[in-house]
Amino acid sequence: MAYLTDRKRAMGLGSAKTGTAHFWAMKVSAVALLILIPLFVFTFGSALGGTYEEILAYYGRPFPAIIAVLTLGVGFKHFNDGVQVLIEDYVHGTAQKVAIILMTCLSYGAAAVGIFAIAKLAL
Amino acid sequence: MADVNRGNRPLSPHLSIYRPQLTSMTSILTRITGNAMLIAALLIVWWFLAAATSEAYFAIVNGFLTSWFGDTVMGLSVLGLWYHTLAGIRHLIWDNGYALDIPTAERLGWACLIGSVVLTVITIAAV
Repeated sequence: MAYLTDRKRAMGLGSAKTGTAHFWAMKVSAVALLILIPLFVFTFGSALGGTYEEILAYYGRPFPAIIAVLTLGVGFKHFNDGVQVLIEDYVHGTAQKVAIILMTCLSYGAAAVGIFAIAKLAL
Repeated sequence: MADVNRGNRPLSPHLSIYRPQLTSMTSILTRITGNAMLIAALLIVWWFLAAATSEAYFAIVNGFLTSWFGDTVMGLSVLGLWYHTLAGIRHLIWDNGYALDIPTAERLGWACLIGSVVLTVITIAAV
């Protein structure tokens, strides 16, 4: 093994035939958020500052609740993909793997808490 | 490569060499705003959780989110959100091979910076 060059080791194996999945996932979620973010800003923004009863009534309606669920779900996926690149650029070795795992747990965890809470408010 | 010196190679000119440019500053600002919004996103999740839990818990979290501190975080996050959104549109344009020349890239950079302030003013006025 020690006598093989990297080129010799890689020869004949072909391309990985993958590698654009992360890039494409960011594009899809970015375009989705382009639609969701203005809707979320103006629904959540108009609700924020209301009383407890007003918030319960507002998020009991389907449209604001669905927008909020989609925004948190797609938003945290987009954040997770983005923060992964941030970590890959600045953190290396084992710390990099640990950081990516922690941020992934945080992203999906926060999305789950948010979606659960909105579902409970809406139903 | 097995026969390449890995440890002591000269690096290409980087942050310490280049003077700040509009293109590089608007680029790093996209990353900073995108990641900083985690704070606001977690606060919003907390707010929804409190609303779904009880009136007393909601009063605490809602009081925090609508305090001067909460207003500051939310206001800055709206600015960051609109900047990141406009910068994201710029990236979607670039990804298709358009507007990559420096004068156009710099014009779009100014559009992101000014546009985000305008959209933030509109948002704060509207909600």
